[in-house]
Amino acid sequence: MQFGVFTVGDVTPDPTTGRAVSEAERIQIMVTVALKAEEVGLDVFATGEHHNPPFVPSSPTTMLGYIAARTERLMLSTATTLITTNDPVKIAEDYAMLQHLAGGRVDLMMGRGNMGPVYPWFGQDIRNGIALAYENYALLRRLWREDVVDWEGKFRTPLTGFTSTPRPLDGVPPFVWHGSIRSPEIAEQAAYYGDGFFHNNIFWPKEHVQRMVELYRRRFEHYGHGPADRAIVGLGGHVFMRQNSQDAIREFRPYFDHAPVYGGSMSLEDYMTQTPMTIGSPQEVIDRTMSFREIVGDYQRQLFLADHAGLPLVTVLEQMDMLGELVVPVLRREFAALRPANVPDGPPLHPAVIAARAVSDVNEPAAEEAPVEAVAG
Amino acid sequence: MSAPGPRSLVVVSAGLSQPSTTRLLADRLSAAVDRHLRDAGVEPKVDVIELREHAQDLTNNLLTGFPSPRLQATVDTVLGADGLIAVSPIFSASFSGLFKMFFDVVDRDGLAGKPSLIAATGGTPRHSLAIEHALRPLFAYLNAAVVATGVYAAAEDWGGGGVTADGSLVERIDRAAGELAAAIVAREPQARADRFETPVPFEQALRSNSATD
Repeated sequence: MQFGVFTVGDVTPDPTTGRAVSEAERIQIMVTVALKAEEVGLDVFATGEHHNPPFVPSSPTTMLGYIAARTERLMLSTATTLITTNDPVKIAEDYAMLQHLAGGRVDLMMGRGNMGPVYPWFGQDIRNGIALAYENYALLRRLWREDVVDWEGKFRTPLTGFTSTPRPLDGVPPFVWHGSIRSPEIAEQAAYYGDGFFHNNIFWPKEHVQRMVELYRRRFEHYGHGPADRAIVGLGGHVFMRQNSQDAIREFRPYFDHAPVYGGSMSLEDYMTQTPMTIGSPQEVIDRTMSFREIVGDYQRQLFLADHAGLPLVTVLEQMDMLGELVVPVLRREFAALRPANVPDGPPLHPAVIAARAVSDVNEPAAEEAPVEAVAG
Repeated sequence: MSAPGPRSLVVVSAGLSQPSTTRLLADRLSAAVDRHLRDAGVEPKVDVIELREHAQDLTNNLLTGFPSPRLQATVDTVLGADGLIAVSPIFSASFSGLFKMFFDVVDRDGLAGKPSLIAATGGTPRHSLAIEHALRPLFAYLNAAVVATGVYAAAEDWGGGGVTADGSLVERIDRAAGELAAAIVAREPQARADRFETPVPFEQALRSNSATD
């Protein structure tokens, strides 16, 4: 099972001091968090993609390429890549290039974005959100899997005799997750292709997360990718720790009360009851995270929100130390002990696929057997 | 023409005081619809929702983007009902903010085709057309099947105007309730399509995606 951190890259003033970092500082903080993730033994760093203030990460492959050069084993991912407003041809090229530079340590998570004007800024219409996600991803898959593509769709200029370069590293396209908080259509899409499904459950009640993941698993099996319990599931998580729970709550409360997402709504205590947010001791974080398994089954990736809401870098790094020393080693052990032997312990990423090739002649994992031709736009 | 089977009726009241005139009107309408349905041989199941009890959850939903389990259950009750009675007090020439907040968090398509009766209360009869210029456009936007008669009750309707007279509050309640009951009975009982239980198959969705629209 993989553990990591994800970031939205928000510039939010620290509510306890009123100080906001500059864009330059914020970008360096994101890099520092990524390097720290590798240092403390986490597996994944994932960056958001945004095209409006107060967010800085508009160019994920630029940042991930830089991080790739400064890390050895960290998986580089996104949370999320805007499959709706980015040109799928550019996504195919950018992430294949990143794959080569990072030695295959790349996967990505498709999302639709949640800021209305981004669609018109990129020449699209938000009412086509799902349609764009479907059509653009169908093209992206073909660009990574077919050397020469003829294609015609609704949203982009047609392609005749197009080859996306560079070709994916070793002929293995980056693994793809589809992230959605509330749209069953996206769980259905992930299931159809046998791709991963990521639920950023940090804002949502567990009953809803459960329904989305259950739908994905059931449809994954329906489409012939294997038993439902072998589908590839990822979850978000939202934690803040101190050795003493009360200290954690006292320190985090001003950040909660002023956070752009939930500030001004319910109390921190009510929010923790209704969502998977956990503010407390490392043991409480371990217990809560283990309880996710009872909601969605054995899953393959757990990402924690690290730097956000104006938390100072020093605090973020302390949190990551605690994750690396006190929380993740225990979670690795306990999840592994409970996971049945037939359930994958991680997503089929490039390094794993190459390793599997070395021991057998299997060229494509089961997840790659979706009828690609049938979805030609 | 009537389709067989039991029917569910949901009553949404946005009254603030307890007891409220809005709830009083909602109860009269509900009782009248119940009577008409039974006269038509249909067994009604009635749920009453007091929005006041959900005011905090509604605010939280708007801020956080998700409903509490209790609010979700309430929304599901409305979505699953065969008929809707929606009653708001008139504040500042329109429905109350609480009333609008509730229908803001209900799925946009959730009321499409649902037989619905709109009603309102106010201090004076001078705001009676708020039914037509505020409530009716809202429910038209939501594609609800709103019956022709809307019921507005001013304070004086509870005392003057008589009981049997043409145009009295009692007569208007009865007329609107008859219209709603007839619309409910004429429609098949609603089994709400669950997008999680029965998703649109991917290839079908992709085909309709590439069809010209």
